[in-house]
Amino acid sequence: MIRYDLREYRGLQEIVGPIFIIREIHPVGYNELVEITDNQGQERIGLTLEVGQGYAVVQVLTGTAGLSLQNCRVRFKGKPVTIGVSEEMLGRVFNGLGEPQDGLPSPRREEIADVNGQTINPTARDYPHKIIETGLSVIDVMNTLVRGQKLPVFSGSGLPHNILAAQITRQARAGEEDFCIVFAAMGVKYDTARFFLRSFEDSGVLDRVAMFLSLADSPSIERLMTPRVALTCAEFLAFRKGKHVLVILTDMANYCEALRELSTLRGEIPARKGYPGYLYSDLASLYERAGVVKNLAGSITQLPILTMPNDDLTHPIPDLTGFITEGQVVMDRELAMRGIYPPVACLPSLSRLMKDNIGKDLTREDHPAVAAQLFSAYAQVKEIRALAAVVGEEELSPLDHLYLQFGESFEMSFLSQGIEESRTLEESLDLAWEVLSLLPREELARIKEEMLEKYYQEKHELSGSH
Amino acid sequence: MMETVGRIYRVNGPVVEIAEVQSLQMLDMVEVGSLRLVGEVVHLRSDRALVQVYEDTTGLRPGDPVYSRHQPLSVELGPGLLGSIYDGIQRPLKMIQENQGFAIGRGSHLPPLDRTKLWKFSPQVVSGQEVSSGEVIGEVQETGLVKHLVMVPPSVSGKVCQIVPSGEYSVDQEVAVIESDQGKYLLTMSQHWPVRRARPYRRKIESAEPLLTGQRVVDTLFPLVKGGCVAVPGGFGTGKTVVQHQLAKWSNADIVVFVGCGERGNEMADVLLSFPELIDPRRQRPLMERTILVANTSNMPVSAREASIYTGITLAEYYRDMGYQVALMVDSTSRWAEALRELSGRLEEMPMEEGFPAYLPSRLAEFYERSGAVETLSRRTGSVSVIASVSPPGGDFSEPVTAHTRRFVRAFWALDRELANQRHYPAISWVESYSEYLEEVKEWWDRNVSSEWLALRYGVMDLLQKEERLSQVVKVVGPDVLPPSQRLILQICGLFKNAFLQQNAFDPVDAYSSARKQFLMLKAIIRFYQKAQVAVKSGMAVSRIRQSPVYQKLLRMKTDYPEDKLSQLENLIGQIDDAFQLEEF
Ligand SMILES: Nc1ncnc2c1ncn2[C@@H]1O[C@H](COP(=O)(O)OP(=O)(O)OP(=O)(O)O)[C@@H](O)[C@H]1O
Ligand SMILES: [Mg+2]
Repeated sequence: MIRYDLREYRGLQEIVGPIFIIREIHPVGYNELVEITDNQGQERIGLTLEVGQGYAVVQVLTGTAGLSLQNCRVRFKGKPVTIGVSEEMLGRVFNGLGEPQDGLPSPRREEIADVNGQTINPTARDYPHKIIETGLSVIDVMNTLVRGQKLPVFSGSGLPHNILAAQITRQARAGEEDFCIVFAAMGVKYDTARFFLRSFEDSGVLDRVAMFLSLADSPSIERLMTPRVALTCAEFLAFRKGKHVLVILTDMANYCEALRELSTLRGEIPARKGYPGYLYSDLASLYERAGVVKNLAGSITQLPILTMPNDDLTHPIPDLTGFITEGQVVMDRELAMRGIYPPVACLPSLSRLMKDNIGKDLTREDHPAVAAQLFSAYAQVKEIRALAAVVGEEELSPLDHLYLQFGESFEMSFLSQGIEESRTLEESLDLAWEVLSLLPREELARIKEEMLEKYYQEKHELSGSH
Repeated sequence: MMETVGRIYRVNGPVVEIAEVQSLQMLDMVEVGSLRLVGEVVHLRSDRALVQVYEDTTGLRPGDPVYSRHQPLSVELGPGLLGSIYDGIQRPLKMIQENQGFAIGRGSHLPPLDRTKLWKFSPQVVSGQEVSSGEVIGEVQETGLVKHLVMVPPSVSGKVCQIVPSGEYSVDQEVAVIESDQGKYLLTMSQHWPVRRARPYRRKIESAEPLLTGQRVVDTLFPLVKGGCVAVPGGFGTGKTVVQHQLAKWSNADIVVFVGCGERGNEMADVLLSFPELIDPRRQRPLMERTILVANTSNMPVSAREASIYTGITLAEYYRDMGYQVALMVDSTSRWAEALRELSGRLEEMPMEEGFPAYLPSRLAEFYERSGAVETLSRRTGSVSVIASVSPPGGDFSEPVTAHTRRFVRAFWALDRELANQRHYPAISWVESYSEYLEEVKEWWDRNVSSEWLALRYGVMDLLQKEERLSQVVKVVGPDVLPPSQRLILQICGLFKNAFLQQNAFDPVDAYSSARKQFLMLKAIIRFYQKAQVAVKSGMAVSRIRQSPVYQKLLRMKTDYPEDKLSQLENLIGQIDDAFQLEEF
């Protein structure tokens, strides 16, 4: 047996962006780890992107800046990129490749794991069924988050998505024994990372957070590795240690851009807006790592955050994400400008897993109907507002006016809530009834009679109807 | 042992180039590297071949050996398919889980059918009898719902020179010997068929029987026939998967093949966990007994995603050949097309629109051509209906996959983002959707439900179209300028959308409506309209309509009248007349 992994080669044939080509080598494996020592003695790692008889194309994960064709030494390790994982990663800060950044020594490794993770067999998946109360009415009542779900936040630059994510993280932990957080930052500013750090600190969860930071000043190629490293850590904590892990990935738009950069450099044929045709599959290889596995105690819930270029929901990044995740929370600039927090656009937001996990014996019997009614009434409000903008409010019917009142109250008292305010589901549902009671009973067709009997307290005054 | 037919020269994702190629044919299945990953030959040039590998190729290296199975990518067909879940190349996922744990490892070579299970076989032919291709030689009760017919494989015919007596046999045991000029052919209960080739039949026939789905907007407005094809396009979260799940649950097909092509693992888990618990409303057995799942989720290898729809349709054709009405759901054909695009890119083929290969339309055409109602080789009638979701980027129906698919399907259920956002489910647009099967199913409705059906259906479509125009006007000038008769149309259409078109898939009563219930509901609404029209003409205020008790009853009729209370729904129609007579407003 020849130990190829001990061989070392000197010199490269070509460097393009984060990629180099090396020739006259032994046969090396596809998608495997490469170690590069440059002439300053600095160690870098890479990945084989293509291998052929006598050559390999290598992507350098730490970037090629400072690398020259001569004098660097290359070793092919004959194994995929792995990281050491352990429970001791909690409470620590790492760079985007999993190396400690907090001045402390590397945590003791309990296991070595492939950063690509493992493909969960669909037969082994348990359907996510336990809801996570976030204390936010608009999420708990209308877009319920479920343990094992992947629910992204679609936002725009300048909108408070980080504040929302931090609030969810703070409030969602309530009552959880084995709860922890894996936080991955890709290409965000240090400020953002610090904001989260402080928020974890303030809420006293810092020792239950593992942070992986590939900030804006690190090479963009590193961002491709960061979510994989973070999810590998999350998988260990969830499926080996039985913890409920909430993974926050921010900002996925930066991840996608790094992927586009690499693809362009390789001369691949783009699909839409320059993004590679495999963006969908690549994103799925991250998002599908969320879930619950039968007979295992833990779970992985993902909260990816992405800023939509130009607030465009049809841009490939949110679009392909939406096609993979189990719903989305969409932020609305107009609500934010009116000072409403959280500015969640209710109609395009959706939690696909809520339907099986709310109602009698799960949350409260009236929950499904209340949610359906809120959506439908609010949709009506939007239509009436559009009409009012054209014909003027005076032209509206008395019923339309009631809807406008409902809409106002819905936004100001149900949707709006304080950054520190946590409401129980019970409170949120009661609040929902309060705003729904501004509408005449006949308008609440989504709610069954028995339920109306029990919860509805007429508050409106429909004047002028005959 | 398999011989080496070449060595790896280059690895680029799922595409592997082979050098020193000997005796390989196009579409041969090969095994590469020490893990013996399964692949398929997609390109041959002198002594080089390109292979698309169905598994993750991490670690493959130049020089690794390549072996050939000397046969194209095939599926195994026989008892035991129903209730199973396979990956895109028919590897048994449940067994893989038993062997490898919760994660799917590589290089699995487990057979699709259980080798040890014994099936009760009862012969249907006698020794000495002449049999031709496709003829049934025996029967097996595969599940409580389905009798499996063991057929002579398509290329075989001759004289039965041996047939086993009734008894229990495994799929590997010989059950018959057939003798022909070409020699003796040993038959077991299983056979193989290459997935990229349509299974033969005697002829295509016209089908006029609706594939009833229990979904009101479908059956009443845009029906499908057994053997028909429909595309279900829509942006993310507009309801494609829910529509397909609803059809898998409630449609009156005998067999359902559900292909999860590049979609979510949780959705497959949902089906796997819920179908065994759901009872076929017509035959009181678990739905899983008529269902086969093919799951190549988005995190599974891309090339197997490309193969999965062919695996699915071959399984469907096999049951069609037994004389069954099979419904094939593919979710989503866009993921298939994208897999094709990705492989094409790796093969360095010339790209066309949005990077898709030039052969995209012809591949789509070939696929849809495999649907249809047929007279089988054994002169039974069977059908394969295809219900295919399409996931257009940005919800834009002019993109290549949606645009080309439109050319090959005869029904189109367009999902509308606006409707989905308003939680109007199913979000099937009545403006953009169509069905060319409408006139074909009329006779069935005439015979089985009522001869008024088609007229009522056109009547309500007419109202919806008028409403569409009127609401344009309203958007500009408000509703007050419209005459009462037109405001009534708006009102009635609102009622129709709420009370009829919207159907909650997760409400036990609302999830399914029989043809009769749909008809009664439609009739009730139209009757109400006719009466209201007269009343409004003679001066009643349109705004009063909403407050009438009977209007409230109509609004709730979908859930207030379950299938066993349809006679009360009939009474409701009578009450409408009374209400207007007594002016109960
Ligand atoms: N008929 C229905 N009744 C009730 N809810 C529905 C219905 N159809 C869709 N929904 C809601 O819409 C959500 C999204 O539907 P679905 O998963 O079918 O979307 P999709 O079009 O398949 O999206 P994607 O392309 O991302 O897979 C569901 O989770 C459910 O909440
Ligand atoms: Mg779907």
